[in-house]
Formats: sequence, C-alpha cells, structure tokens
Amino acid sequence: MALIPALATAQEEAGYTAGHPLPGQFHLQRSVTPIMDSITAFHDGILMWTISLIVLFVLALLLWIAFRYNARRNPVPAGFTHNTLVEIIWTVLPVVILIIIAIPSFGVLSDQLTTPDGERKYLGSNIFSFGEVAVPAPELTIKATGQQWYWDYEYVDQGLAFTSLILNEEDRTATKPGQPRLLAVDNELVVPVDTTVRVQVTADPLGVIHAFAVPSFGIKIDAVPGRLNETWFNARETGIYYGQCSELCGRDHAFMPIAVRVVTKEEFAAYMAAFKDGDYAAASATLAAVQ
Amino acid sequence: MADTAHLEAHATGHDASSHHEPTGWRRWVYSTNHKDIGVMYLVFAIFAGVIGGLLSGVMRMELQEPGIQIFHGLAAMVYGIEGGEALDAGKHMYNVFTTAHALIMIFFVVMPATMGGFANYFAPLMIGAPDTAFPRINNIAFWLLPPAFILLMLSLFFEGTGPTALGFGGGWTIYPPLSSTVGHPGPAMDFAILSLHVAGISSILGAINLITTIFNMRAPGMTLHKMPLFAWSVLVTAFLLVLALPVLAGGITMLLTDRNFDTAFFKPAEGGDPVLFQHLFWFFGHPEVYIMILPGFGIVSHIVSTFSRKPIFGYMAMAYAMVAIGFVGFVVWAHHMYTTGLSLDVQRYFVAATMVIAVPTGVKIFSWIATMWGGSITFKSPMLWAIGFIFLFTVGGVTGVVLANAGADRALHDTYYVVAHFHYVLSLGAVFSIFAAWYYWYPKMFGYMYNEFLAQAHFWIMFVGVNLIFFPQHFLGLAGMPRRYIDYPDAFGFFNRISSIGYYITFVAMLVFFYATWEASRKKRPAGDNPWGEGATTLEWTLSSPPPFHQFTTLPKIDSTNAH
Repeated sequence: MALIPALATAQEEAGYTAGHPLPGQFHLQRSVTPIMDSITAFHDGILMWTISLIVLFVLALLLWIAFRYNARRNPVPAGFTHNTLVEIIWTVLPVVILIIIAIPSFGVLSDQLTTPDGERKYLGSNIFSFGEVAVPAPELTIKATGQQWYWDYEYVDQGLAFTSLILNEEDRTATKPGQPRLLAVDNELVVPVDTTVRVQVTADPLGVIHAFAVPSFGIKIDAVPGRLNETWFNARETGIYYGQCSELCGRDHAFMPIAVRVVTKEEFAAYMAAFKDGDYAAASATLAAVQ
Repeated sequence: MADTAHLEAHATGHDASSHHEPTGWRRWVYSTNHKDIGVMYLVFAIFAGVIGGLLSGVMRMELQEPGIQIFHGLAAMVYGIEGGEALDAGKHMYNVFTTAHALIMIFFVVMPATMGGFANYFAPLMIGAPDTAFPRINNIAFWLLPPAFILLMLSLFFEGTGPTALGFGGGWTIYPPLSSTVGHPGPAMDFAILSLHVAGISSILGAINLITTIFNMRAPGMTLHKMPLFAWSVLVTAFLLVLALPVLAGGITMLLTDRNFDTAFFKPAEGGDPVLFQHLFWFFGHPEVYIMILPGFGIVSHIVSTFSRKPIFGYMAMAYAMVAIGFVGFVVWAHHMYTTGLSLDVQRYFVAATMVIAVPTGVKIFSWIATMWGGSITFKSPMLWAIGFIFLFTVGGVTGVVLANAGADRALHDTYYVVAHFHYVLSLGAVFSIFAAWYYWYPKMFGYMYNEFLAQAHFWIMFVGVNLIFFPQHFLGLAGMPRRYIDYPDAFGFFNRISSIGYYITFVAMLVFFYATWEASRKKRPAGDNPWGEGATTLEWTLSSPPPFHQFTTLPKIDSTNAH
C-alpha cells in the first residue's frame, strides 16, 4: 500500500504527458482530443460522482439498519409493508437522475459519431454547452486494416500503405528503449497535429474481427471483415499515442498494438513528401528518431 | 405470502410416502422427484464450479506479473514443445481458459444452481405442490447436463486452431469469423456448439416444466399475487429461458452449418454478415444475464424478510419489477455492440432503453432496504450473504449505468471495467445469492445445521477476497487495459497483482465452504422443521427437514384473507 503515494508522485513527474498508461494508473488516460475531453468530463464530472454517491447512500442505509434495527436494539419488528410516498420517490428520483445523465450522454455520443464538417461545434470539456469547440473538416483520410496479428495502414488519398508490427523485446530495447513494452511498434502511424483525421477501419475480408482503439483520442471502433467503419480524431498535441486491439482476435490478440505519432504540420509535410515513392523508412527518417 | 397459522393441511409425514421409495443408484439416475433432482443439480453445479474456479485461478496466476509466466510452461508440458512454439501454444491456451471459465460458470454453475437446484427444489414447495408438472422431463433435463458438460470438456482436447492449439479460444461470445473455420478450423468449436445445444435443450425443458408447475399446481387459494417472490422470480426467469435460448440455438446452428455445410450466414466474402451473429447472440445474451440474477432477487427477498422478522416491503412492486426487468431485458441487447459501427440513432435508442432498467432495479434495492427498515434483524449467515449481495449488486449495477452510456462506453468497451462490472453483478451478485440460498435452505434440504461460525467465516473471507479481485479491475479498465489479454503493458502490473492476491483469499474462502459442508454432514446437528423462527413464513418451513419424499399429499389451503 505504501506504493500508492510513490505511484502518485511518479505520475506527477511524468506530468501525464504520456500517450500510454502510467504505473498504477486508476483513471482515464490523458485526453488530447475534443472527443476524449467530453468523455473525461462526462465520466469524471457526472457519472463518477453519481454512482459513488448512490453506492455510499446504499452503504449508509445498510450500516444504519445494522446499527439501529438489529434484534438487540429493536426487539419488536414493525409490520408495515407499504409506503406510497417513498415508493413514488424511489421510482421518480432515479428517473430524474437518469435524465440528468442522459442529456450530456446524448451530446457526447452525437459528437463521437458525427464527422466534422467545419461548421458543427463540438462539446469538448463543457458537456452542458450546446457546443463551443470548432473542429475543422477532415483533411486526411487513413485506413486501418486489422490483420492476424498486426495493423495495415493506408493514406487513402495518397495511396500510400505500410504495415505496423509490435516490436519484440530484443528490438525494442535495441531501437526504442524509451517506449513501453507491448505498445512499441516498428512503424508508427504518422498524422499531423491540429488536423481532423478521418479513420476508416476494417479487417482482412478473410480474417477475423479486431478493434481499433486509442484511449487518449477517445476512439474505439471494430474492424469487421466486409465492413468499412469510420471514426475521426483531431489531436492537439504532438507525441506518440498508444492503443491496443480491443476485440478478441485469437492467439496474439494482446500483441498487436496501435501507435499513432502526432507530428507538427511541417514535419508531416516533409514526411509525406519523402513517402511519395512508398518508402516508409525514408519517410520516417525525416522525423526525429523515436527513443 | 402464506402464513403458516392459516394452513389447514401440513406435511403428511414420512409414512404416507413410504410406498415404493426407490433406493440406491435408481433413486438418483431414474429420479422423477423434484427434490432429488434439485440436489443433483446442486452437486453438479458445485463440481463444475470447482473446475471453473480453478481455471480462473491459473489465469490470475498468469496475470499476477507482466510477461508470460505460466501458460508457455503448461503448453510445453501438454504438447512437449519448447521455445516460441510453446509460447504460441500457451497464448492460445490462455484464450481457451477464459472461454471455458465463462461457459462453465454460466451454463454449468450459475444456471444449474439457481434454476436447476434451488428452483427445482423450492418452487414446488413454496407453492404447495407435491412435485413438478412433468417429473420425467425434469429427469431428462438434468441428465442432459452431464453430456453437455462432457462435450464442452471434450472440446478442450480437440484441435482448435492447430495440432498444438487444442480447444476453442474465441471467448464465450463465440463471435464469427473467429469461431468459424477462419478462426478455428478444428473440431473443438463444433464440440462447443453441440455442448451449448444440449445445455440449451436442458434449460428449455426445465423452464417449460417450471412454468407449467407454477401456473397449474399452486395450492388452493394461492393466487399469483399471493405467490412467494422466489416462485415469481423463477417464473419470470423460465419465460426468459424459453424466449431467449431458441435464438441462441438458431444462431449457433447457423454457425454450425457455416462451419460444416458451406452456408454463408456469417461469411462476409460470400455475402454473409458477422455482425448478424452478434445481434442474435446478444438477443439471447442479454436476457441470459437476467436469467442468472433474477432467481437471486427472489432468494434475497425471502432471506431479508425472514431475518428481519418483517413481511416483504412492496410485494407487488417487487414482483412486477422483476417482470419489467425481464421484459426490458429483451430490448437492450445492442448495448453490447456500441463499437461495431451501429448508427447514431440506433445507439441513442439502446442508451435510453438500457438506462430504463435502472429504475425497476432501484425499486428492488430500495424495497429490500425498506423490508429491513424497522425490522428486528438477526445477522445469521444467510442474512450476511443477502446483505452482501445487496451491496455488491448495487456496485455492479451503477457501473452498468456508466456502461449503458454509449458515449462513456467508447472508452470502457472491452476493457477490464466491463470485466469488473459483470463480475460484480454475477460473480459477486449471483454467486452471493447462491451461497445465501445454500445457507438458508441447507438445514431444510439436508436436515442438519451447519456450523454458524464457519459459514460466517466463509462469508467474510470471500467478501474481502472477491472485492480485492474485482474492485481494482475498474481502475485497470479506466486506464485502458483491454480484456482477454494474456500479457499487458507493465503499467497495469500494480492492480493486477492486487487482483491476483484477491483470488488466493477467495480460494481460502472456498476451502472454508467445503470444510463447513463436510463438518455439517459429519456432526449431524438436527435442524428442526424451521430453524429460522417466525420470520420464515413460506410453505417449505411447514414441512419436516428434510421434507418427506413426497410432500403435500393433502394440499395446503391458503387463506384468502391472508395478505402478504
């Protein structure tokens, strides 16, 4: 238990800047998109408080009952079996609470499933607003295809594709020792910062279902053979953001991580220019090496 | 609820039932007696529970530290292979363990214990019936379970994905294409499908028997609105079984023909749709979780009332809350599928419909509390389990409200948050209700009293253990750890270690349970007809302990003026 303060300090030192979980993390990963902002505000600001208070309320009632209505203190039981008023209260009050939850819930959900057109305003952290965060229309489309057991990525409009595989421990310690075990990949998916990216997600038509998820972006969508699912994100900070396959897909389900490297727009332009001939290695060489 | 004082007829005693009582193995194998069959179900559930519990133990040992510690060694032992081959075989074996753990716990532990064991034994007693309506169907329903279990066990030893990857490792949700020939070409999956078919037939037959019994064989004067809540819960559950299981049967039959007869229901390359299977599966799967918990609702109502020496608060609301939960349970299935690519409108509907369930569930929680309010409560072991159930089910219920919101589920879907949620309602909720029922009815079923200290020790050790296992999993899920992972990034190590320690504590609790059961059967302390006193008002307490081989040869009459 003495570990917990130590862990908290470690998390503060890291400043929560990481795009991956930190040791002993007990809350949602750090948000870098308006969508994850709204999920965080909804969960931490409303849901967490509501459910904690309900559980504490029920616990308090049970403890009071154990204290007050045990056979020693209350030898003669009451005989009542009805009380219309409290029955109405405990039916109507939950309905009211649920409606209060539902209002931001529907907003958060609608944001997630509505690809920006440049006009629509998104909730961001202020989930009780009518939308105040401007998000530009998508400027880049990437396609993620789940394979057993790795991801294929494609810059759809440019027709440039590459494969992203987990780094085994030997390669990781040799080439990217600063990246977390099981999350580090050979080829990160590179995208520009402050740009809306449309993500098309599918799986090998003769393969199985996977799921593409990046917690810091607040996205998770199944990669289903024969279907083209779509989601989007707009990351506001550069860095590497990790996710993991989130639908059981067989033996190496735990070993097909997702790594999205968000770079500045200038870096991205240089990267794409070098990628023109389809050489990912040449393109990624334009970027600073991942430690 | 029937008040014993108003009963005109009572147990007819042992002599009236002495006409040709079967003995020895015939008594059990040929049994058409609902009580004997109920006991066989319970023994079966305990046996399967040991296997399912040990499987999860190996999983928790594996997850105790980051990295792969156990399964490559197991695979090396089983297949005689080494190195990378053993590692791959071990990864598959882990998936087989998670799958088998879930299928065993659902179909061969919780359902046989509640609907097979306690419902079979006590629903007829509580409604004043001499037996169930179809005793021979009851027999075949039970005896279909061992073959179903054997088929599932056999599936573990047949090829799943290759000669060193035996068993089906695609999760209890058996989503194609992972469960079709693409993901699992070997016969292991076919065995699993046949196992589910046989188990499903068993459950449907049992449910038909219970529905007919409850509708037609209630004692004179016992209207539906006077029927004990446990019988109500069994009635609702039986309807869920009859309506939900055929849909699963249809889905897995299509899967079977996809696998073996070249149909293409779920094959995208030939015009099929894997998401169709998910709809079929969850149309069954969501009612299934209520099938597992509803009998527990009934059990807890009786225990809370008995040990508070107070009638159940809001009987009608309690009964119809269960009906409402059962009904709404059929129209919320796609909340398990928020990430499959459902449209915005569809997701909105399923959010709204799912949140509705919180209302009748809240009615039940608060009515239990109101039943205790003003009572004169003794905290005997069944009551401890029942109160433990109420609290843990509340914790599992509120995280269900979180997950119902598709917007929040985006972050939590398929993470350990979901694992924590459904283990709080099932592993802690349903299982606690089963143990509550076990300690409540043990003296009635077997005629002997267990050691109260051991029963309470079992409760407290298990309460600590299961909370240590599952509460930290909320944190893992929030931080993003996906389910069904044999290995995880090192950051998740801390809470996984705590979770594994919780398992060992729970393991000790189970040892206490077995010792307590053994001790009770050895010490043979006579329990008497009604060890719980005036609070226990249902008909089973008017009978001897154990009840005569055939009870109510003269039907009890329920006074029409008797209110619950």
